Amino acid sequence: MTVGQSVPRVDALDKVIGRAKYTDDLCDKNAYIAKILHSTIANGIVKSIDVSEAVKIPGVVKIITCFDVPKFYFPTAGHPWSTDPAHQDVQDRLLLTDRIRFYGDDVAAVIAETEVAAKQAVEAIKVEYEEYPFVLDAQEAMKPEAPQLHEAYPNNILGHSAIRRGNYEEAIKEPGLIKFEAWYETPTVQHCHIENHICYASMEGNRITVVSSTQIPHIIRRIVGQALGIPWGDVRIIKPYIGGGFGNKQDSLYEPLCAYLTTQVGGRPVKIDVTREETFVCNRVRHAIRSHIISWVRPDGSFAARKLECFSNQGAYASHGHGIAAKGMNAFPQLYPVDNVECDSYTVFTNRPVAGAMRGYGIPQAMFAVESQTDDIAIALGIDPVEYRRKNVMPVGYVDGFSKNENYFDSFNQCLDKGEKYLDFNRKFKEYQNQTGPIRKGVGCSVFWYNTAVWPISLETSACRMILNQDGSIQVQLAETEIGQGADTAFAQMTADALGIPFNKVHVISAQDTDITPFGLSAFASRQTYVGGFAIKQTALLLKERILKYANELTRMPAFELDLVEGQIIRKGDGRVMISLADLALEALYSLSHAEHMTSESTYQIKSNAYSFGCCFAEVEVDIPLCKVKLLDIINVHDAGMLINPALAEAQVHGGMSMGIGYALSEQLLFDPKTGKTLNDNLLDYKLSTFMDHPHLEAQFVENYEPTSAFGTKSLGEPPVCPVAPAIRNAILNATGVAINNIPMTPHILFDRFKEEGLI
Amino acid sequence: MYDIKELFEATSVQNAVELRLAHPQALILAGGSDILIQMREGKLAGRELISIYMLDELRGVTLEEDGTIRIGSLTSFTHVTQNPIIQKYINVLGEAVDMIGGPQIRNIGTIGGNTCNGVTSADSASTLFAWDAMIELTGEEGARRIPIKDFYLKAGVVDIRPDELQTAILIPKESYEGYNGHYIKYAMRNAMDIATSGCSVNVKLSEDKKTIENVRIAYGVQGPTPLRAVNAERIGCNLKISAELLTQISEGVLEDIKPRDSWRASKALRQHIAVEMAHRGLVEAIKLAGGEV
Repeated sequence: MTVGQSVPRVDALDKVIGRAKYTDDLCDKNAYIAKILHSTIANGIVKSIDVSEAVKIPGVVKIITCFDVPKFYFPTAGHPWSTDPAHQDVQDRLLLTDRIRFYGDDVAAVIAETEVAAKQAVEAIKVEYEEYPFVLDAQEAMKPEAPQLHEAYPNNILGHSAIRRGNYEEAIKEPGLIKFEAWYETPTVQHCHIENHICYASMEGNRITVVSSTQIPHIIRRIVGQALGIPWGDVRIIKPYIGGGFGNKQDSLYEPLCAYLTTQVGGRPVKIDVTREETFVCNRVRHAIRSHIISWVRPDGSFAARKLECFSNQGAYASHGHGIAAKGMNAFPQLYPVDNVECDSYTVFTNRPVAGAMRGYGIPQAMFAVESQTDDIAIALGIDPVEYRRKNVMPVGYVDGFSKNENYFDSFNQCLDKGEKYLDFNRKFKEYQNQTGPIRKGVGCSVFWYNTAVWPISLETSACRMILNQDGSIQVQLAETEIGQGADTAFAQMTADALGIPFNKVHVISAQDTDITPFGLSAFASRQTYVGGFAIKQTALLLKERILKYANELTRMPAFELDLVEGQIIRKGDGRVMISLADLALEALYSLSHAEHMTSESTYQIKSNAYSFGCCFAEVEVDIPLCKVKLLDIINVHDAGMLINPALAEAQVHGGMSMGIGYALSEQLLFDPKTGKTLNDNLLDYKLSTFMDHPHLEAQFVENYEPTSAFGTKSLGEPPVCPVAPAIRNAILNATGVAINNIPMTPHILFDRFKEEGLI
Repeated sequence: MYDIKELFEATSVQNAVELRLAHPQALILAGGSDILIQMREGKLAGRELISIYMLDELRGVTLEEDGTIRIGSLTSFTHVTQNPIIQKYINVLGEAVDMIGGPQIRNIGTIGGNTCNGVTSADSASTLFAWDAMIELTGEEGARRIPIKDFYLKAGVVDIRPDELQTAILIPKESYEGYNGHYIKYAMRNAMDIATSGCSVNVKLSEDKKTIENVRIAYGVQGPTPLRAVNAERIGCNLKISAELLTQISEGVLEDIKPRDSWRASKALRQHIAVEMAHRGLVEAIKLAGGEV
């Protein structure tokens, strides 16, 4: 068995020695380079474009402006398509646009022989704009007098959803209730994957091939088809290794434009290699969400009624849209069940960079708000924050009516036990209360809610193909993508065990090619190990059936008395090895009496989902006069079901914790209130946390076998980022007595809050 | 791919001077960690460059006969930090430049480039200000030496004449003998960052270590160029070390500094930090000098 073992990654060697090929490694060195002209206004229209100087620059091949492109409005979100128009993503993008909706919108593209010529030409294009007033704040954008971004969405409201359960107004009349009310604010952050988005496109015959750094090749094929108004089968997408995505590449970025540009130069390869500045401004960002929570709490800490309002800043285009705010809202009454609850979430267009999917998909925002208030309530009532959570969090046996997710195990308490013990939380929490002096320590904790994959909100399906080679090894292919998280290795482990062959006999075809790879939905929603597991198990069993049927011919033993174990066909009765799979495969492929190419291929449609829970505990040291927080220690504990590869699982948690640390303490995109321009579109001014900002990152697990899953596993990709920021916030509260309701908790914020509270 | 109009590789200081005169629009390229970034951003796109990077004669740290420490302008940050002369006489300078960027940048970046860039945030600059460094510039008519405070003319502009290049940074003996110093970089993260503000403090104590004979305090990012807190320094001279004195000196810097509001930090935060850094810098410098606080 290799499932459950920390086998080395199947791509480790290639990646370490630099042999692994990424998009730019594969691109023809003679490809044309395309550079995009981005708007320098935040709202308005393009009145005219003068390219007369730009086309004179040596090396410029062609300039395409917003007035040249076809007007097929397309959606960009990397969601499964819906054949029901009511459930389709909003189609509001064009390849290039004359209706500018944010500072950085795509106005024109230069195709040139070199990057320098392309850049010079972009500088030389003159654009005449008509400027409109713009709005950057979600709640401001909802006011009647605010500038309107999209005609179909009055008051800029892209989506509004609500929950009404029980009777809030009646419930709050209960005598003796204590009211807690606060606003919590989370920032716009960016994924900061190390490889910026890059793609190149070329033509053969009437078909367009796009090689792209994407998470979602099959979805990109559909979107390129939609954007260009061509049959989807005329598009071929290839996805090689990619340098991270974190949700930004769960969106169509510049693949449609690149595909269009190659059609304008006779199908010659055209490359769009996005800069870091463009990644920050012109790709996708995380939704900034402002949440307002009112809780009516009994003296014993139980909730009589709760109200949540949240306002999610969508930026200029719909992308993943309201799904993010809605997910956060839906988690609210599940994490701490309450009989009387009113929730409203709004997703609002503003003239800011477009928000899309990002690791956690609304839950890091929601957890910051919810888990900050959890501590405020516990502390006000004099209850230990861990005990408070144990008493009020989702109980064992809880079933969500919509997803049918069930809390089968006592995961929360098991995770809290481990976190509490690691950090010696109880002792430290008491010891650190009521400190004086300039340097103070504190501990904090947070739990989180998550689920796995997207069922029942949308389609969940996975398809797999396996092919047997002469030596008994196999190729395995899935549409689920390797994006750095180690998916290929987990798939190889599951395949080896499900089929009954050694791990080193499994060759994962890492790259997806929509002409060849079975159809599927790819990497998002922490789904791949869960959904891929079904398709792998089912396909492996089909292949095994074929193998054993063939073995029957060779061994004269009935197939049902045979099994495939570690690459050997054995007789079940006595365990005797009848023939090796290698010998069988050789015979099957070269037999003069019965030759057979052994493959299997199948689709599994998943109609289940699974809760994935855990917690974070953090210890900080706050230097009050310097307004600085030093993270001393941090642990995440997860119940992600059974771990396929513990070392990879730990690495996932480390990455998520790191992202959470930056979210809590330093990362934030800033916008110029006068122009709408993004101020810090680079990795110097955008304070991604570094190795020197991290203490040891401790990752621990509780492994409860997930009963709905093919391998007992469930989501782990996104969950690690979800509980980190509130745990750090609560640690600062323990250290200083100051509750901070805005992240990131930078020195700027701490300076203001410490002054307000009289600490400095 | 950089938009470089033309690159001239200097073969000697003399040759660099000739190239400067022949190509008045060209920029001097040392390690490139500032120039190439600005070229990529477009600010310096299409410019000519004179590279002096191959001029090994401008590398290294030496002690001159009169005790002056001579730091060749092309000496990398890493080499400054690791140099035994620096470590012995002005260790704080090695510590300060060790806070720049990451290891790769510290290997390529030079102390001359850091000062010629003319920015107030340069980690080397506040310490060089605090130690009364001299700048050596070599041109057609030979070398001249000017105090670093005169070298910085205004934000981003330094006193390099059309025929000149910076060839050395010098710390005279009287500037370092008997002094101990400490540098504090205040930034938003612990690596790969630019200073929100930096403060370099050094002191010379009396023989019995009870009195501050002289104190020098310099800042980065508390004005358009690095600056000295002359008012605060005056408060501290020839007085017995006491908690009150340290508070007086550090609060005195508010009369010297000229921070501004920007989206990177508010004026109020910079002022608050300036006082706190001066205080902590004083405490550390006094301790290093053998005094007690």
